[in-house]
Amino acid sequence: MKKGSYYDWARQKGISRRDFLRFCAMTAAMLGLDATAVPRIVEALENKSRPPVIYLNLQECTCCGESFIRSAHPLFSDLIFNMISLDYMETLQAAAGTQAESVRLKTMQEHYGEYILVVEGSATLAEGGIYCTIGGMTANELLKECADGAAAVIAYGSCATNACVQGAHPNPTQAVPIRRIVKNKPVIDVPGCPPIAEVITGTIVHYLTFGKIPELTSLGRPKAFYSKRVHDGCTRRAFFDAGQFVERFDDEGARKGWCLYKVGCKGPVAYNACAVTEWNDGVSFPVKSGHPCMACSENNWYDSSTPFYAHLAEIPNEAIGGNPDHIGLAALGVAGLGVVAHGGITAAAGGRGKKNHPAGSTDAKQRRQVTKKTNDKED
Amino acid sequence: MTTRIVVDPVTRIEGHLRIEAIVDGTKISDAVSSGTTFRGIEKIVENRDPRDVWAFVQRICGVCTHIHAIASVRAVEDALDYPIPKNANYIRNIMTLTQFTQDHVIHFYHLHGFDWIDVLSALKADPKATSSLAMSISSWPNSSEGYFRDVQNKVKNIVQSGQLGIFANAYWGHPAYRLPPEANLMGVAHYLEALSWQKEIAKVHTVFGGKNPHPNYLVGGHASSINLDDVHVLNMERLNLVKTKIDEAQTFVNQVLIPDILAIASFYKKDLWGGGIGNFLAYGGVPLVDIHEPDSYLFPRGIVLNRDLSKVYDLDLKDPSHIQEFVSHSWYQYEDKDAGLHPWQGRTDPAYDGPKPPYHNLDESKKYSWIKTPRWQGHAMEVGPLARFVVAYAKGNKEIKEMVDSSLQKLDLPLNALFSTLGRTLARALEAKFCVDQLAGFYADLIANIKAGDTQTFNPEKWEPSRWPAEAQGVGWAEAPRGALAHWIKIRGGKVEGYQAVVPTTWNASPRDATGQKGPYEASLLDTPVAATDQPLELLRTIHSFDPCIACAAHLITPQGKLLC
Ligand code: SF4
Ligand code: SF4
Repeated sequence: MKKGSYYDWARQKGISRRDFLRFCAMTAAMLGLDATAVPRIVEALENKSRPPVIYLNLQECTCCGESFIRSAHPLFSDLIFNMISLDYMETLQAAAGTQAESVRLKTMQEHYGEYILVVEGSATLAEGGIYCTIGGMTANELLKECADGAAAVIAYGSCATNACVQGAHPNPTQAVPIRRIVKNKPVIDVPGCPPIAEVITGTIVHYLTFGKIPELTSLGRPKAFYSKRVHDGCTRRAFFDAGQFVERFDDEGARKGWCLYKVGCKGPVAYNACAVTEWNDGVSFPVKSGHPCMACSENNWYDSSTPFYAHLAEIPNEAIGGNPDHIGLAALGVAGLGVVAHGGITAAAGGRGKKNHPAGSTDAKQRRQVTKKTNDKED
Repeated sequence: MTTRIVVDPVTRIEGHLRIEAIVDGTKISDAVSSGTTFRGIEKIVENRDPRDVWAFVQRICGVCTHIHAIASVRAVEDALDYPIPKNANYIRNIMTLTQFTQDHVIHFYHLHGFDWIDVLSALKADPKATSSLAMSISSWPNSSEGYFRDVQNKVKNIVQSGQLGIFANAYWGHPAYRLPPEANLMGVAHYLEALSWQKEIAKVHTVFGGKNPHPNYLVGGHASSINLDDVHVLNMERLNLVKTKIDEAQTFVNQVLIPDILAIASFYKKDLWGGGIGNFLAYGGVPLVDIHEPDSYLFPRGIVLNRDLSKVYDLDLKDPSHIQEFVSHSWYQYEDKDAGLHPWQGRTDPAYDGPKPPYHNLDESKKYSWIKTPRWQGHAMEVGPLARFVVAYAKGNKEIKEMVDSSLQKLDLPLNALFSTLGRTLARALEAKFCVDQLAGFYADLIANIKAGDTQTFNPEKWEPSRWPAEAQGVGWAEAPRGALAHWIKIRGGKVEGYQAVVPTTWNASPRDATGQKGPYEASLLDTPVAATDQPLELLRTIHSFDPCIACAAHLITPQGKLLC
């Protein structure tokens, strides 16, 4: 057992070996791993000193940082005081100005090639990068400098992965995802506005327990959280399959929790963990609380998901065919047609189930769906 | 001898702020505040569906994640003369007060705390004495000797590991820290507890809005329907979750935050610098029934000038002579460079002419910030918890007056002690208490209304753009945790024609105007002591007392703004 390791801390805190092992098993389950992975987690948490993390805030609104501190498993305070060493994060660190900068430089020197770089926010290219400066340096220069010595770079949130709201048309500051600036390192995209807290902590813990980045989708996102659609695990899915739809907010269907597809739900094209992991320690997610999913985890979502309250022209993966306005006649009370619609949907859904797309190809297909209306600035 | 010191980045805030200060001997004699980031969100919402806009402008700020969305849906509802159901108003109020409570607690412990609490000094504390101190001021159960010893060991381990993380390289040991080690240890313990607690109160937003940060909203009401007989929507189980979190928050604020602030303030009673401009503005908010009935606001509206509590001036958000924005020292261009423009007429053409990065100094005789300069009838105004409390106090609000008077009495301080860095921090903590108490009240109102048979949360009447006038303009306002916040919208043909926000940090962090009048940050730094120029702890303390939010302040592009690319 190494001094300063996670297990060392756990023992001092009075946590039993049994509880520690249970925590490791939970971590494995959360990361979607089977029981054979548990011993490796145990070993890593027993023996490694805390890896340093530099967290940059560029052009953003800090919602990602706010989400990060709400992590429940692991608890944020356990993460930063016992599992990693959060050496630089403007929003939380005690030091300011030159003292803050020198902490960053020290970590970069002493742990060159070893630290994890987490980036929240986009880079901005217009006017030589003047739309975001920190310590008199442009965000772009700071980002390049920090990325050079990083072992892994995590683009945290939609700003860092797709420039989010400031990147929407007409993108006045030429905001770009950080992979446009960071060319010499693999960038792990953790999209969402913000992402669920446990998704970022899960990604970091994965890295520090296994010493490598988690498996990624073809879009460079951790598979564990971004290979299924919100629609696939949605609490309203049974109503979708039954053709029961909310026709307008707070109508009879809305009061029974029916499917929000017709009032604009983008769950069918949103690859995110919301419906399964849920938000704020499993309390709810947007659709469950009555509002359509806006697909905030998808590239250029502010241009491709709007108007937010208009429904998708088609549902990918052939879950339903034809004109969506004809679905849900059951909800209008046309009983006979409703049965037909219902039958049709169920049959189509069964067919979809058999298809079994590998995650990568589903992603690529979904990407075409989401971006077909706009030019994908990331390409 | 004068020295120019630069603090950039100012940490433990939202966004990117740079402060340059002239230190004359041991005090600050001049200060420059610069917002160094810009995103252009108002330009981006042009030509969009007004019902979508809340989701864009909500991302102006992910810290007070609720308030821009509320201002936006209200601006659209104001333009369309679109009333919302009672329940929607109650839900919005509950979400607002939740936001205030959470934000104020996070601010005090996680963003401001290290300006008052010396973490390393906590290592020298006697946990037994800390335990007696804690028990003497509060009935909060986590107060045993063993508990504080554990916390101390935790800090010791971090220090001994050589990896100090967020504690690294700060101003520990600075002479401006005044707490004894025992109080510092208590502060560190509560820093950690508040970190765990803040994620709990956020769950109120998750129930109503599906997630936090950035819960969901709806023009015309609220999206989550109420049906006590259905498991999928807002039913008793969901409402009980809300109630539990409100109760927990009340306990935390009453037993941890308030005793802490009074205990800490008692050691800093003599540090009464940092009062600043002395003009206070509140738009008012949290209406009992309808935002268009200012008499029903929990936070009254009004203006106090020159710390004179005998008179409260009226404020009109639609009157072009009241609120105007200037760009004399901001990196934007106006046709008439020294004119002020009301937000419905405003424009923002970015025109950077500052130094080329990497740079070392700004020049305050030129333009030096991405933040504009709003003025009320020409006056620079402070906004925020202190401003709200000053306005409410001057208007004779009984509850707020009593809170202020009794806490000042406990500290044995006169009323004008409020006009200081410490007073600003005290007002924020008291406001957290005020909010959490009112939160329970609005929850009761919501339940009573449901009990009376009203479960409506959304008004479908004007949802369809076909029912809108060809042209309309509106303003939506709210009090945000950091102060007065409003969005102005122009709608034409069902689309956004123009959009403008004037937000709390724009008021507080504004650069000087054409007449040379400083903004509140700059003014409040004057005469701030600086014991060590390479460790400007006192400067940070004053700036943090405003709770800066720079992404909020520097986002502006207006109706007629030019395309930039
Ligand atoms: S990714 Fe979106 S959400 Fe996160 S900081 Fe950015 S605007 Fe906020
Ligand atoms: S369309 Fe939306 S509400 Fe309906 S099942 Fe899919 S994700 Fe759920």
